[in-house]
Amino acid sequence: MEVNVVCTFCGSVCDDGLFDVEKFRSKRLCKLGSSKFSKKERIKSPMIDGKEVSYEEAIAKAAEILVNAKRPLLYGWASTVNEAIRLGIILTEKVRGVYDQCASVCHAPSILAVIEEGLPAGTLGCIKNRADVVVFWGCNPMEAHPRHGMRYSISAKGLLVKDRKARKVIVVDVRETRTARQADMFVQVKPGYDYLVFSALRAIIAGNADVVPDEVGGVSKDKLIELAETMKNAKYGAVFYGLGLTQSRGRDRNVENAIKLIQLLNRYTRWVILPMRGHYNVTGAGEVPAWECGYQYAIDFSRGYPRFYPNEFSAVEVLKRGDCDAALIIASDPVAHFPKEAVKKLKEIPVIQIDPFPNMTTLVANVVIPSAIYGLEAEGTAYRMDVIPIRVKKVIDTEYWSDEKILEELIKKVDELMG
Amino acid sequence: MVDVVLITGRTLDQGATVEEKLTEEYFKAVSYIELSEEDFKALGLQEGDRVKVKTDFGEVVVFAKKANLPKGLAFIPMGPYANQVVDPSTDGTGMPQFKGVKAVVEKTDEAVRSVKELLEAI
Amino acid sequence: MMLHIKNGIVIDPKNKVIKEKMDIFVKDGKIVEESEIKKDECKVIDATNKLVVAGGVDMHAHIAGSKINTGRTMRPEEMRPVRSKANKFRATVGRTLLTAPTIGYEYAKMGYTTAFEAAQPPIGALHTHEELDSIPMVDKAALPVFGNWHFVLKYVAEKDLEKLKTFIAWALERTKGYGVKVVNPGGVEAWMYGKNCRNLDDEVPGFNVTPREIITSLIKAVEELRLTHCVHLHCNNLGNPGNYQTTVETIKLANGFKNDKRPVLHITHVQFNAYAGTSWRDVKSGAEEIAKVVNKMDNVTIDMGQPIFGTATAMTGDAPFQFTLHRLLGAKWSNKDSEVEGGAGIVPLVYLPKNPVHAVQWAIGLELGLLIDSDKVVITTDYPNGGPFTEYPYIMAMLMSKKMREKELERVSPYVQKATNLPAIDTEKTLEEVIHMTRDLPAKILGLEDKGHLGVGADADIAIYDINPLEIDPSNDYELINKAFRRAMYTIKGGEIIVKDGELVKEVWGKTYWVDVRGKVELEAIKADLEDYFKYYSIELQNYGVEERWIRMPEKIVL
Repeated sequence: MEVNVVCTFCGSVCDDGLFDVEKFRSKRLCKLGSSKFSKKERIKSPMIDGKEVSYEEAIAKAAEILVNAKRPLLYGWASTVNEAIRLGIILTEKVRGVYDQCASVCHAPSILAVIEEGLPAGTLGCIKNRADVVVFWGCNPMEAHPRHGMRYSISAKGLLVKDRKARKVIVVDVRETRTARQADMFVQVKPGYDYLVFSALRAIIAGNADVVPDEVGGVSKDKLIELAETMKNAKYGAVFYGLGLTQSRGRDRNVENAIKLIQLLNRYTRWVILPMRGHYNVTGAGEVPAWECGYQYAIDFSRGYPRFYPNEFSAVEVLKRGDCDAALIIASDPVAHFPKEAVKKLKEIPVIQIDPFPNMTTLVANVVIPSAIYGLEAEGTAYRMDVIPIRVKKVIDTEYWSDEKILEELIKKVDELMG
Repeated sequence: MVDVVLITGRTLDQGATVEEKLTEEYFKAVSYIELSEEDFKALGLQEGDRVKVKTDFGEVVVFAKKANLPKGLAFIPMGPYANQVVDPSTDGTGMPQFKGVKAVVEKTDEAVRSVKELLEAI
Repeated sequence: MMLHIKNGIVIDPKNKVIKEKMDIFVKDGKIVEESEIKKDECKVIDATNKLVVAGGVDMHAHIAGSKINTGRTMRPEEMRPVRSKANKFRATVGRTLLTAPTIGYEYAKMGYTTAFEAAQPPIGALHTHEELDSIPMVDKAALPVFGNWHFVLKYVAEKDLEKLKTFIAWALERTKGYGVKVVNPGGVEAWMYGKNCRNLDDEVPGFNVTPREIITSLIKAVEELRLTHCVHLHCNNLGNPGNYQTTVETIKLANGFKNDKRPVLHITHVQFNAYAGTSWRDVKSGAEEIAKVVNKMDNVTIDMGQPIFGTATAMTGDAPFQFTLHRLLGAKWSNKDSEVEGGAGIVPLVYLPKNPVHAVQWAIGLELGLLIDSDKVVITTDYPNGGPFTEYPYIMAMLMSKKMREKELERVSPYVQKATNLPAIDTEKTLEEVIHMTRDLPAKILGLEDKGHLGVGADADIAIYDINPLEIDPSNDYELINKAFRRAMYTIKGGEIIVKDGELVKEVWGKTYWVDVRGKVELEAIKADLEDYFKYYSIELQNYGVEERWIRMPEKIVL
């Protein structure tokens, strides 16, 4: 029996997946999605210091750790659903901790750029239907969002773009990626020089090509002019950008400059710009706290109200400085993905992990609480990279508790302990 | 030894095994560095050889692979190996510098640690 | 729980109770006859010499959904002020942009018990409901936006009224929406090409229709479906000097339609559509002309869209206008083109009293409130476009006191003297009129029969204020009025006391109303069209829409 599933891997959140319940196998999904919907080793049971315990016992211990901590860090959230994230905010407020989410090491600079400039964006359907020029800048969807091109941005057909030939695809990157091989035009930039290239394009489009030198960031002036003309002559263009901009020198300033380019282009024609969000609900991990407490990441509640300051309250900074004395890690693996200077602290403090799968964080966790897999064993709401809400489905039963249930019980226990 | 600018990032194999980090497949997917053909040759490497990658922030031993990269650019998949050598400074944004770190690469006989061993050494 | 509200001075315009001493009885969340309660089992509230009214009904505010949240995200400077720390209740923050918990608490403290999200992007309907369900205290609903939805444009072009009606029914069910909202009809589709539709007869690119046809067809469809709420329209040409003429022409589109329960057309935040003059250099008020037309029609209502001096955030589905604003102000700008349905834009604003343009805008809002019959104008700020909803008491006080207006006029730009008529208007609305404009009039326009009044059978949503309506003179005591309406002495929601002496005492969760009119159509009639056109969406038809069980307390209204 095949059922429709909504993929819960990357920010493309493909909702046309099929899952064969008996064979435990998916159809149509890419390599990443199929791995999500395949059988993998699970954390077998809740554990305290390596000893198997019941859910109730593990949750009680977790509550104790959080309540006794002066400033716990509650981090992760990108691979769980909004219902759980909302409980996470409520919990963090109660225990006067710090809430941070995976965007911190991914698209946090995008959020900072949005604060400076706003985000002129559109949903993926608009691009499919209208975009005759698509630029992938500092991102490699063929490896990180494999079906993005066929569903939304490269070969996807739509209302005004009837086939692949009607669309010009450009890749700007420091190396010729798999995505670059799909492109009509590849522009190679020197690492760390994207900011200058954006400035050059803005100058050319505004009619000031004369101030642009013969070569900017490894790109010839001729190539820059070609790119600028292509963009200015588009009927509806889209820039998709990724970690090439957010993780390189300049970080949020790179994104700001890209946005300013899009603002300028909108004076002549129509352009949008979208971040390629990595996880299926990293968008939710930022949107939910925004409506609950005003900000998307790096939020401290130690004074009883939310404060936002990325330099102090993002997880990597909090861990590097030793500004937390306990951690709850959910739907994420910072031990694998943080620089080692931050991982050090996670080895020293009590760590609670909520996750379906054993990962590197499991190796340092004192309390481990296994959870159900959203999209397969539990349902909830996720936001695609363009902030469209999509409900992820429950297609098989499980004994594992969902993140939502775990957090509900954890909050109850915390309330009890705090009186 | 060669000087490179190091970037780290996603790959299909890394993504496909990201929920199985304690497996051999994940180890294979993240414990290597990609070098340009010129740099690979300059270090006198064969496929399967190991190199030590050093930055101002740490060092790590990984397998070396040849790839279609411009000379002077190197790539390590995101993960615990890359995180031994990236710049943890976030410049006030919260985001470490995962891409664009200056590194020195040299051939080595040292073994590539498992993810558990890496963690123990931190 | 039974309540006995004793000796209050009641103003309940719907039931023709004006400043009468009256007891109110509550049982099981409803207002009931005295005979239904057991006096000795009641909790007694002594409302002696205090004003007792129904809880306020905010029929147009941007309180939940994607563009509200993007507004927050891009404006941490607005989110910074801390209102209260977390204790029994959630921490609350925000200057004029507020978090969801803050919105619920602030409405409650002000004595408002129902709030409607004015513009819900259909594909983002679930996001709107998630945010509505994070707003405590109030009953709520959302109005999905239809004016640039390709299905609507198609059916209007094909002159297929039956399919248009069927589509509306399908859409209201899928979005769990309450009514038909229309924003800059045709103009947002034109924005996909970098254009706009400023005039009623401009052609919408790609479709053989005009805004005039879109509006008229939607009114026809909504009236034939007899929806509880009429077409709720954000006019074309918003924000441009000279646009009052477009508004007057639009109002006249209601001619020929009749509905004995409510208007057939509600035009929203008319202040932004009431400018005369030819540019920002000579902009003037067009409020008088609009007021004349509205007062003559018997089937059109408006709401003010009053600007409040201070910070604000422009956020509407009128994407092309938002880009214009970004260019005009040089401000940061977010845009959200939305599948084949419409769009939105967000730009930060500030209204400064000494700025001639802002002062004219402020004056126009008040002119509309004063010149238009109280039976046809609702108090709003188009939150957060004009300002925070927490300033409704300021507007109420201003409408009732010429002295207060004179004082305010002293601190605003003198340009107002020659560009508007506000200084010359002597009208002082009465207390019952402003109660009407904030309670039973919006409830009537929305078709909410159990809201906005205190008759038997009404929901027990009640506000008690610390003023004696028999003694207070709103014309002189404007400061008392402004203060008293900010903090209710009691707010009762569904029979529960949630606010006492202006402070929260209990957190409750409200219902989400939505309208199910599928029984009046044959959904099969558009099935093939949906399946065919959904190839232009980026999600599957089977995954489109919101299921009731995902909503905290859905309340289906079947027509």
